[in-house]
Amino acid sequence: MAGSTFATGRRTLARLLAPLLCLALAGCASTPLRGTGDLGVVIERASGSVQIVDNSHAQSLARVQGLGDLSHASVVFSRDARYAYVFGRDGAISKVDLLAARLVKRVEQASNSIGGAISSDGRVIAAQNYSPGGVKLFDADNLQLLSSVSTAAFGGGESKVVGLADMPGNRFAFALYDSGEIWLLDASTPSAPKVQRFEHIGKQPYDGLASSDGRYFIAGLYGEDGLALFDSWHADAGVRRILAGYGRGRQALPVYKMPHLRGWSIAGDYAFLPAIGQHEVLVADNRSWAQVATVPVLGQPVFVMAEPGGRRVWVNFAFPDNDKVQVIDVPTRQVIKTLQPGRAILHMEFTPRGDAVWLSSRDDNKLLVIDTATLTVRRTLPALEPSGIFFSSRASRMGM
Amino acid sequence: MDSGPVRRGLWLLVLLAASFCQQAAAAPPAEPRAGELLQLLHKDCGACHGLSLKGGLGSPLTPQALAGKPADSLVATILNGRPGTPMPPWRPFLSEEEAQWLVQLLQQGGAR
Repeated sequence: MAGSTFATGRRTLARLLAPLLCLALAGCASTPLRGTGDLGVVIERASGSVQIVDNSHAQSLARVQGLGDLSHASVVFSRDARYAYVFGRDGAISKVDLLAARLVKRVEQASNSIGGAISSDGRVIAAQNYSPGGVKLFDADNLQLLSSVSTAAFGGGESKVVGLADMPGNRFAFALYDSGEIWLLDASTPSAPKVQRFEHIGKQPYDGLASSDGRYFIAGLYGEDGLALFDSWHADAGVRRILAGYGRGRQALPVYKMPHLRGWSIAGDYAFLPAIGQHEVLVADNRSWAQVATVPVLGQPVFVMAEPGGRRVWVNFAFPDNDKVQVIDVPTRQVIKTLQPGRAILHMEFTPRGDAVWLSSRDDNKLLVIDTATLTVRRTLPALEPSGIFFSSRASRMGM
Repeated sequence: MDSGPVRRGLWLLVLLAASFCQQAAAAPPAEPRAGELLQLLHKDCGACHGLSLKGGLGSPLTPQALAGKPADSLVATILNGRPGTPMPPWRPFLSEEEAQWLVQLLQQGGAR
């Protein structure tokens, strides 16, 4: 059963009326109406639970339990922003009602999964899997399986799927780690999806992102210096290499955690992307995709995230530098602040318009709410080994 | 000429001796280091191999997945990494004895 506790000012009233209400209205919702636009989900990776949080008042509202192995879990939202779909590492998809703070449905769909996306019409959930590799499509309402796309279908062994992102027209783009491909999946008929393959896009794509206008899909490459760019407006032109040779023959430094890519790394005219094996953030012009600068940072970047307004870019790091966060000023492309907010900072999430950023500190069991204007901590909240933080404002953004 | 039984007997001896030596070499580190290493294993190795070590972008590290793999080569992989793959060298953070202990735990299924 999904446990939940709303800690609100309704307690006094509830205490007075509880005996009566229990008898008369058992099971009936007495919660006042509210919206979901400022709600979010925090993954508590080790305990298989999520917290439902309110980012207007920087408070936790409830905990929902029973979601399984949530290491490396990620979340997408229904387009009414009421439901969160949580993709667990154990291959389960859990649909959580943010308002009722309740686990609505949980399906186990693979043995090893890494994330998912929601279609542009909001009707289809796509899950990307490592084992068995492939993509499965589900009905967003009831999580019924609609179809499976095997990445082994074309021979050469099944490939792990990385970087799954939604694209306009009920399409999804993703990369194949083992076979070095990008696939474009047209799910406009979700029971019979169509695949367009792009081969030889580069060695070991480890993650991908769709630009926030849904035009571009970019896969980061582990196996070579550079990224692979797919322009969906010119699909016939195929996939081309960008930022090639950014390491320029320098010795690659060890990578103790793979970076993560998502559409947030594009700020104004530039894309800010993590280098692999170099302690740098790469800056590319987001029309020509030519490299315009590198920003030296203190470690291997993991998340490189632009504030919603695009003025600053926040970076966290792989082990052993995962207790630090750096803030890059976009116009000058300089690090302007190094924060040391807690041990194992795994994730960062901006409030919808960027007045604050929430950080998760796994090893200090806390969340930090940082004021982006003053770069000071507004509040800390307890959490059980928190990892990902996902705000419902993602519901209306492509590539999220 | 069939020297099979003799050979098998010798092998058994060698294996026994080897496993004995290995166990002796891989004594658990003193606390709090042992706890730190287990945290490292699940949280940092787990970043690629999965929190429950059932695999991710990295291969699974379950006893079944590691069965039959020589402990020495697993220890070398941990310490030196595997060129051409994302597996990095962990030597800056682990001694050889500590890597041996972790391999033993992983192969025996005692890493949880």
